[in-house]
Amino acid sequence: MQNLLVLGIGNILLSDEGAGVRAVQYLMEHYRIPPQLTLIDGGTMGLEILPYLEGKSHLFIVDAVASGQGAGHVSQKTLLDAGIFFRNKISPHQLGISEVLSAATLTDCLPATIVLFGIEPKTLQAGLSFSAEVEKALPSLLKLLVQEIEATGITLEPKTAS
Amino acid sequence: MAKRIVVDPITRIEGHLRIDCEVDNGKVVKAWSSGQMWRGIEVILQGRDPREAWIFTQRICGVCTTVHAIASVRAVENALNLEVPLNAQYIRNMIVGAHGIFDHIVHFYHLCALDWVDIVSALSADPKETAVLAQSLSDWPNNSYNKIKAAQEKLQAFVNSGQLGIYASGYWGHPAMKLSPAVNLLAAVHYLEALDYQRRINKVVAILGSKTPHIQNLAVGGVANPINPDSQSTLTIERLYYIKNLIDEIGDFINKVYLVDCAAVGAFYADWTKYGAGVTNYLSVPEFPLDTKGDTFDLPGGYIANGDVSTFQPITSFTDQNFRQGVKESIKHSWYNGDWDRHPWEEDTVPNYTDFQDNGKYSWVKSPTYQGKPAQVGPLANVLAMYAAGHEPTRKIATMVLEKVGSIARTNVPLAALHSTIGRIAGRAIRCAVLHDTLVRQWTLLMDNIEKGDYTTFNEPVFPKGEQRGFGFHEAPRGVLSHWVVIQDGKIKNYQCVVPSTWNAGPRTSKDEPLPYEASLVGNPVADPEKPLEVLRTVHSFDPCLACAIHLYDPDEKQLVRVKAI
Repeated sequence: MQNLLVLGIGNILLSDEGAGVRAVQYLMEHYRIPPQLTLIDGGTMGLEILPYLEGKSHLFIVDAVASGQGAGHVSQKTLLDAGIFFRNKISPHQLGISEVLSAATLTDCLPATIVLFGIEPKTLQAGLSFSAEVEKALPSLLKLLVQEIEATGITLEPKTAS
Repeated sequence: MAKRIVVDPITRIEGHLRIDCEVDNGKVVKAWSSGQMWRGIEVILQGRDPREAWIFTQRICGVCTTVHAIASVRAVENALNLEVPLNAQYIRNMIVGAHGIFDHIVHFYHLCALDWVDIVSALSADPKETAVLAQSLSDWPNNSYNKIKAAQEKLQAFVNSGQLGIYASGYWGHPAMKLSPAVNLLAAVHYLEALDYQRRINKVVAILGSKTPHIQNLAVGGVANPINPDSQSTLTIERLYYIKNLIDEIGDFINKVYLVDCAAVGAFYADWTKYGAGVTNYLSVPEFPLDTKGDTFDLPGGYIANGDVSTFQPITSFTDQNFRQGVKESIKHSWYNGDWDRHPWEEDTVPNYTDFQDNGKYSWVKSPTYQGKPAQVGPLANVLAMYAAGHEPTRKIATMVLEKVGSIARTNVPLAALHSTIGRIAGRAIRCAVLHDTLVRQWTLLMDNIEKGDYTTFNEPVFPKGEQRGFGFHEAPRGVLSHWVVIQDGKIKNYQCVVPSTWNAGPRTSKDEPLPYEASLVGNPVADPEKPLEVLRTVHSFDPCLACAIHLYDPDEKQLVRVKAI
């Protein structure tokens, strides 16, 4: 059975840096979440995320991604193996999402399919609101996420206003 | 001729720290520690509801989320003179204890051990020899030949797959790596086991903090965990017993693996007791409040001058006047407007970037002092304070670790050996074992209090008109954290966080005295300026973390670590 973890990462206090977390929070608020789907606001945490990978077949990571395609650019990249993350780090042995994935490999809980969804930030200034570009692009990121979550065989039902 | 080396950035975790060293004759003669990013996050809090401040402050840093949440609610409670129900203190204390244990284990095995342990060498070790060594040091059941061999094969497969990951940028084969292959393998095997145990202790935080990576159960005035022994949806006796099991499992790992490995690594690197003392004024605060006001604590804290434990001045309560008046920050060498020494309540934060000036401004970090002096903070500072205060569990564990190091190194190791790079690492292991001892006690206190029929977890805060000032301190894994709040008519008027890494990593003070990072690097050996492993050892021994928490993913496979010899 499919078991999907959607992990939003980034810092919500640094404007566009928090787009991944905000996207996941939006899904939590607007959809009924079936048991085979887990949504986590991972913030900027490292190894604390490891327990949530246990038993997952799919991992979607939603993050601010510097793709160089212009602010607000929405991207999707399937990581055939987690090796794409395993490269020179911002510092030796920096503990970020890359290390969580290596730790997952070493503790035998790396999901078989890992997809990175990204939105290119314009600003990383301290602040709680997005740039106009990211604000405008967010609906297309959400649409893409919902579509890809459903492509794994999970049905997302919007919460009805009561 | 002196050579200048620049390591940028140096933190293994969140944050951007640049270290410049002048190296002459194979030794560091002068150092600069520079925070390369401005947070400015405190400004976001101005005008907000003080009851919500902790939700924002726990996002300041991806590593220290819980600690900023705890310090924030304590600061607002202090401003309101609000007492916290006993159950809430115990639940918070258990979160604090479990988080501290998690953080210390991750630091030793996953952030710092690779400065001392050569993974590539571990692959060539004879697992039989490692098993004999491991069993001579500890009766940990996983130290069997079969388990060690299996772990070595797993590491080998991981390295063969080309996904070096965490190991990609280690200084393998560096002349300062001194452990034998057998000892390297022992540490590498326990590195893998530590991944599993850190996950177990982190479950305690997750259960008490409401099951997500960010705790959600805090409130100004208590916690939001309803206690009802009969209801499944609250903190039940069954859940509390599950937590106790996790606490017991981690206790075995700390005592039979972490303390032993730390002693063994320390014994083989005994020459590192000569380097890295730096600033030996130590500051820590008491932790684990045992009453509703915060007048009695399970673990002591206080100030020690010049490395002399007989000078110990205890800090005794959440309203301690020495602490309240003793903390100041200078911006003489920081990228802010002006040149002042101010109390946190009186500070402003107006950026003024000038470029890196060796004798002028060179960091975004401010420079804190205690009673006008630089002070080192962190687990070692806390262990020395607890030792000075006569805290029995600390004395027992510290003596045991020093004796173990002495028996492996075949020499006598005095308490003074802790004033060093390797001593900071040992101090963290000792504190981790003390935290575990405390965590067990907090669990018992909570159970006993519930048994008495007390289910209260929250006192409603009331915000009077006018201005209130408060401070909240917390002995966090990296040392003293304090939040300072000024409230005006129920809204935040000013908010400052004086974080542990500021005490250690800040630039020179207004009197041009160096803080701990800079002071500890002077005299540090550097065998090869292109590969300054020894500089990393000393800086990493502080568990560096500049709380700016940026997490941008960059798909270019470019080399982001810059080590430059000028």
